[in-house]
Amino acid sequence: MSDTQSHNVAFVRETFLPESAPPSTATGPVKWIKDNLFATWANGLLTVAALYLIFLVLSSTMPWIFAGIWNAESLAACREVLDGVSGACFAVLTERWNQLLFGFTYPTDQYWRPTLAFVLLFVAMAPVLFFDLPRKLLIFTGLYPFLAFWLIWGGTILAPLLALAGVVVGYLVYDRLVKNSFAAGFFGGIVAAFVVWYIGGFLISDTANENAMLQAVPSRDLGGFMLNMMLGITCVSLSVPLGIALALGRQSNLPLIKGICVVFIEFIRGVPLITLLFVANVMLAYFFPPGSGVDLFIRVVIMITIFSAAYIAEVIRGGLAALPKGQYEAGDSLGLDYAQSMRLIILPQALKISIPGIVNIAVGLFKDTTLVSVISMFDIVGMIRGPILASTDWNGVYWELFMFASVLFFVVCYGISQYSQWLERRLATDHR
Amino acid sequence: MAEAQMQVSDEVAISIENMNKWYGTFHVLRDIDLTVFRGERIVICGPSGSGKSTLIRCINALEEHQEGRITVDGTLLSSDLKNIDKIRSEVGMCFQHFNLFPHLTILENCTLAPIWVRKTPKKEAEETAMHFLEKVKIPDQALKYPGQLSGGQQQRVAIARSLCMRPRVMLFDEPTSALDPEMIKEVLDTMIELAEEGMTMLCVTHEMGFARQVANRVIFMDQGQIVEQNEPEEFFNNPKSERTQLFLSQILGH
Ligand SMILES: Nc1ncnc2c1ncn2[C@@H]1O[C@H](COP(=O)(O)OP(=O)(O)OP(=O)(O)O)[C@@H](O)[C@H]1O
Ligand SMILES: [Mg+2]
Repeated sequence: MSDTQSHNVAFVRETFLPESAPPSTATGPVKWIKDNLFATWANGLLTVAALYLIFLVLSSTMPWIFAGIWNAESLAACREVLDGVSGACFAVLTERWNQLLFGFTYPTDQYWRPTLAFVLLFVAMAPVLFFDLPRKLLIFTGLYPFLAFWLIWGGTILAPLLALAGVVVGYLVYDRLVKNSFAAGFFGGIVAAFVVWYIGGFLISDTANENAMLQAVPSRDLGGFMLNMMLGITCVSLSVPLGIALALGRQSNLPLIKGICVVFIEFIRGVPLITLLFVANVMLAYFFPPGSGVDLFIRVVIMITIFSAAYIAEVIRGGLAALPKGQYEAGDSLGLDYAQSMRLIILPQALKISIPGIVNIAVGLFKDTTLVSVISMFDIVGMIRGPILASTDWNGVYWELFMFASVLFFVVCYGISQYSQWLERRLATDHR
Repeated sequence: MAEAQMQVSDEVAISIENMNKWYGTFHVLRDIDLTVFRGERIVICGPSGSGKSTLIRCINALEEHQEGRITVDGTLLSSDLKNIDKIRSEVGMCFQHFNLFPHLTILENCTLAPIWVRKTPKKEAEETAMHFLEKVKIPDQALKYPGQLSGGQQQRVAIARSLCMRPRVMLFDEPTSALDPEMIKEVLDTMIELAEEGMTMLCVTHEMGFARQVANRVIFMDQGQIVEQNEPEEFFNNPKSERTQLFLSQILGH
């Protein structure tokens, strides 16, 4: 071979070959199907089996869904219309959608308030989720919790204003003291906020709620998917900062702070959420001064928050541990103080690493909000199992109702998951 | 070389007196006495594990010493956080593995400390950063991320980042030992330029060519002690201690 070629190595191309299409076996759908579905004999068998399975599932559910009845007064009426044909009775959704979404005691003419709060939620979240938006929007984000509180609970506007005042005063005190020491600022701020709330509590008269602009709605009247959303959003947004604080505390050089954080995390992680909820239901009331009326909603928020904060803290600790020591040293050697190097260097990187873990916990937390139905709060599951299924009209409509609840949860959780994947791509700057 | 600018003044930049450090019970640094004058370029060498890194990391309190006094620019290094932060902002440091912040652009890496520590307005900090990035010859990379740069470029960014704080002393811990040979030169050139401008430098390195060209004092450490120090000519041609001779024969011998 080498002999015959050696006298023939010089070569000059004189005519250029025209571009031609690849053979149809190397491209297009045929090739894709062959490569991906029928690559080997066993592969082909699995494909056929899977297709058959999909067919079975669809052929039994699709007719049921398409034959669904959307207009009927009760399950009995529904069955009458169906006349023996297998079909869904979605009429329960059109009849009771308001109860599923808002609970059965929220005043019907006030539904616009939680709806408005829900719409504004997107405005408030936008600058947090998409940091390319103008930073000024964060002012609205800061005001949103108080606005949403006022919209949903109604009553005197003085209450959210007092809450806001407490936070502002707390921040000002923190800002003043933090120059001396972080701990002084942190605890000083918290104490100041509580002082404002305590004093302010006397200034708001008991009758303030009666002639308020928005009709007051007590916490026990909240329910439905709205309650799940409220619990989910409040608890996620509180437990992330708390989790960060716990993770940093666990790394602290101060044995006392470290000890408190370790015990807290390990204890909370070792207890089932449902027990914590029962504690919230009955016991937590003893810790608050009698008559202070810390209502069940707040007690449940506290419990779910500390529960997920403990998990988030561990995820973030993993992120912190994954950072090379050199990052801390580079920050130190430039003269950044602890708070600065955490905020500007360590946490941005550690949180980025922790995003999948945090999202995992956030999604889990959101779904766990349905556990409150066991302590007789009427969230969407509580509504289904309680007032709706117990009514004579709709006793026996399980599939349709739980499917509806699943779809709602799926939409939210899938949204969170998509956002987190976008965020990870967006933050990928390391080009490893 | 601008000899006039490389004059050493008799103003003391760093003074270390009787410094001792232990890791647990392990005595890493023993009775270190060292005075660095403003404008001095000191090269520290010695076998692995001899405590070179530990010594220069003590100077900006990345490591804590247990005995003795370290004074930087007249500020005594104590456990007082204010003093530590003050010293750190006056002392620049370059690491073997660069330690750039991977989530920030080159420009942001350089402006971070001036903006937050020195409270320089952003605009001004960016101008300063561009000035130093030009000096290390990579202004066109300013908007890239560290992961997109070569090792040599990253180390030069690290130098620029330190310079943006306008430090009075620069510490280098084996700045070239994680680099490929062709990148070593570009980093050394940057350091030589810095030396010519009169920067006070303490440099742990095994680049003996650099030591000969730039240093006005070479320090040899072994087992946590300063074994020998001298002017580079004397040090290389006529080492006094046996251990220095052995070390030099090992690194220059082949
Ligand atoms: N954090 C630590 N804990 C315990 N021992 C340490 C620690 N850091 C370093 N040492 C030990 O202290 C000694 C000096 O370390 P140092 O890093 O200063 O050496 P070096 O001279 O810089 O060596 P090299 O040339 O390999 O960088 C070594 O024996 C090392 O094992
Ligand atoms: Mg070293």
